[in-house]
Amino acid sequence: MTQNLHLLLPEFLLATLAFVVLAADLLLPPERKHLLGWASIAGLVGLLALSLALLWGRNELLYGGLFHVDSYYLFFRAFFILVGIVVILSSLEFAKAHLSHPGEYYAIILLSILGMGAMAAAGELLTAYISLELLSFSLYILVSFATGDARSNEAGVKYIIIGAFSSAILLYGLSLVYTGLGTTRFAEINAALAAANGASPTVWIGLSLVLVGLGFKMAAVPFHMWAPDVYEGAPLPITAYLSVASKGAAFALALRLFAEAFMPAIGDWRAIVAVLAAITMTVGNLVAIPQKNIKRLLAYSSISQVGYLLVGLAALSAQTSSGLMLHLAGYAFTNLAAFGVVIAFYNHTGKEEIADYAGLADRHPFMAAALTMALFSLAGLPFFAGFLTKFYLFAGAAREGFLWLAGLAVFNSLISLYYYLMVIKQMYIVPAEDGSKVKVSPVMLGVVAVMVLGVFFVGVYPRPLLDAIDAATRAILPVL
Amino acid sequence: MELFDSYVLFLLVLIPFAGAMALAFFPTSNHRAIRAFATSVGFLTLALAVYTVANYDYGAGGFQMEHGYLWLTEPLRVSFGWGVDGISATMVLLTGIVAATGTLISWNIEHRPRDFFLLFLAMVSGVFGVFVTTDLFFLLFFYELAVVPMYLLIGVWGSSTDFGTFIRTKEYGALKLVVYLVGGSVLVWVGIIAIYITAANAGQPTFSLTTLNTVRFTRTFQVVFFPITALGFGVLAGLWPFHTWSPDGHVAAPTAVSMIHAGVLMKLGAYGIIRVALSILPEGAEAWMPVLIGLGTVNVVYGAISAMGQRDLKYVVGYSSVSHMGYVLMGIATLDQMGVTGAVLQMFSHGVMTALFFAVVGAVYDRAHIRDMTVLEGLAKRMGVTAAFFVVVGLTSLGLPGLSGFVAEFLVFVGVFRTYLPLAILAVIGAAITAVYIMRLLAKVFFGPLDTRWEHLGDASGREIAASSILVLTIAFVGIYPTPLINIINSGVTTLLSRIPGI
Repeated sequence: MTQNLHLLLPEFLLATLAFVVLAADLLLPPERKHLLGWASIAGLVGLLALSLALLWGRNELLYGGLFHVDSYYLFFRAFFILVGIVVILSSLEFAKAHLSHPGEYYAIILLSILGMGAMAAAGELLTAYISLELLSFSLYILVSFATGDARSNEAGVKYIIIGAFSSAILLYGLSLVYTGLGTTRFAEINAALAAANGASPTVWIGLSLVLVGLGFKMAAVPFHMWAPDVYEGAPLPITAYLSVASKGAAFALALRLFAEAFMPAIGDWRAIVAVLAAITMTVGNLVAIPQKNIKRLLAYSSISQVGYLLVGLAALSAQTSSGLMLHLAGYAFTNLAAFGVVIAFYNHTGKEEIADYAGLADRHPFMAAALTMALFSLAGLPFFAGFLTKFYLFAGAAREGFLWLAGLAVFNSLISLYYYLMVIKQMYIVPAEDGSKVKVSPVMLGVVAVMVLGVFFVGVYPRPLLDAIDAATRAILPVL
Repeated sequence: MELFDSYVLFLLVLIPFAGAMALAFFPTSNHRAIRAFATSVGFLTLALAVYTVANYDYGAGGFQMEHGYLWLTEPLRVSFGWGVDGISATMVLLTGIVAATGTLISWNIEHRPRDFFLLFLAMVSGVFGVFVTTDLFFLLFFYELAVVPMYLLIGVWGSSTDFGTFIRTKEYGALKLVVYLVGGSVLVWVGIIAIYITAANAGQPTFSLTTLNTVRFTRTFQVVFFPITALGFGVLAGLWPFHTWSPDGHVAAPTAVSMIHAGVLMKLGAYGIIRVALSILPEGAEAWMPVLIGLGTVNVVYGAISAMGQRDLKYVVGYSSVSHMGYVLMGIATLDQMGVTGAVLQMFSHGVMTALFFAVVGAVYDRAHIRDMTVLEGLAKRMGVTAAFFVVVGLTSLGLPGLSGFVAEFLVFVGVFRTYLPLAILAVIGAAITAVYIMRLLAKVFFGPLDTRWEHLGDASGREIAASSILVLTIAFVGIYPTPLINIINSGVTTLLSRIPGI
């Protein structure tokens, strides 16, 4: 049992890195503290290389099935590290301007990456729950990090209360599943459900409560009320982080949980998830239309994206599992590109209303083009990631008999195109009140450029990414 | 040449796209170089399009100059493949002509010309993509690529209409157009996915058109999904009652965009009906044809009557497009060899004709800065050449023998006479109304007494004359000697109709 413990080396080193950054913050003089961000990035890059070298092609169970080290885990481990690097790069200016102890901020981001990776690896209910709590607690702190800003503090309080509430529901659901089946390991749950030919009422209620709890974490409608306020109040890089990484982690957990543990009872839960998906995408898109603040707009748009991802969960099969991960990867590039522009714009102007983007095409042509491409990708237009990832995901769902849901999802993309076009109209058609150029730091320029390239890459040449994703799918669903 | 032949269609898509990418690196201030480059790209694609049609062997028929690569493996099996049959070869030629003349017409754009040509060429690339692809996934891919740049092209470079009580801003036109067309593509999407999963359940998970043409779909499936797919494409073809985006969008668009939009993009819709709905779901087509031909007749008559009531020159042309696309829809719906051939020829003829229409109206608008028919008078005295072009295109529009419109409409009428006689009479009435509004327009705007306000107007420039001449020559050539084009179209139509069981 202990001979393969070295496979956890990246996790141990990640925790160590977090504490080193935290401690170094106390020792460094204020003018050199900005180095902490770069140190975190360097550490993450090293860890990414180490993870890939050490874990490639492995498929092992640690601690007697509590922790799966497989392609699925490796995919998400790499995914979260990459997102973490981008978020830290995007935070450099915020940290320099607002934080006297940036080490705390970076250390908590690192710890949250640890939690997210463990969520993707968890092969047992309590491990999953504890990993989720590590992520949640990190995020509670990160959301309220802009200490001088009342909105940030309000967001933090809201997030803690709703987060704790949903954790309790989730935990209760897990306990009911345990009551009904007598085990918390995914493989044993699967066997018990298969033997019982579906879920008993106790297990069914437990399952539903698990869905509700995860629904809160994903911000699925009707459990989304916290999201827009929290997104608006949190520091911008953290908003980007919430919209991509925390949703991604919730899906990483849910996908493994439902594929490995609850698959035999799929008839008992897929209708609930399908309805949840339909409501989530529709409400998210409709409420996004009247938004005036770009953060709130992106918050609601990301709620609708959760709806699309839930389609994959409802129609769970090898094809939709790959489609879900592909869409998540494309969405990550896209949303980080969009937030990159919003962050760069905010850093220079301090503004975040959509009307403030008037004339951006003249004030900074590249940023306007990048945001346009990101929004088109979110709307699912070709050459960008969104077209292919949605097509892949929804075609898979349709094949499982969810043509109506896939059609609704595509129709929702049309609704979303409307409000994205409203932003694009501001940038390209409405003239600027203040025609001065927008200055963007080289770091943000680089981040946005790389993310846009990623959006193209996924949209035009998805083969390499799909190979990795198919390997991940094979790890959790034995057929493909 | 073997090698070149199998890649020429790919080059048709690649060259405009690569040209658009290259433009991004041009300095914004060097307008001359930008225009010259974009025009060269336009004419290069025209040359390739002519080469494609000239080398199409209509005796052999079927898809030719084919080639492709598997782009995604199982479970989707999408291949990036290309090939043309008689129908798409004709459309490729049309696109080449309109794209090349469109770049030439757009030289007078002074506001951010680099971005304009970049989006324009990207759109052209998408249009070529739809016509040459042999895979449903890429058909949808290029279809949306062709539609989306429209929003910015119209929104940034377009013009608004303001008659006091009747106001249509360019933002309105742009948004309406994009929402309608992407809305149509939602239906197309559902249709394509339904076709895919049904084929997959029959053991053929593929999007390849040639493979799908061999799959047997049940009659129920065909009858349910034909209208969904055909309606989705029909929105783009200006099918009544989903045509309203078309006049509003065309009017708001800058000249070259109106040209390619009315000239080529509306044909994408009709082409989609033929290539996807009709070809893959022939039994469904048979069941629904009475409805489609009825709607097509409404298009013809309603479009013509609406055109008669317009004040804005561009709205007249916009509604006349709706009317003429009605002939295309009627021709397709006859499912008759002559009728469908006429429909495809009408797509070509109307594409060239309406491009010329918009080019001439654009020339007037650029000089007078107004398109109001009640104000413009006697322009022929100052703009003789422009007026001459307008006369030619007007006569084509009302179907004068010797010009391309006559041949196409004649074939469509013959097809309709054979199948749905009463509707043919209505369609002829539509043609008569066309004569009324075209003649009235010519008499009022060009041949009345010259209003002193228009004393200062100059005539068409050398570029405009060159572009218009290309279009006029095409119209006249097809009108006088349509045989080569008809032969090519016929070969495609024969294969298409052979799939319909009742015929």
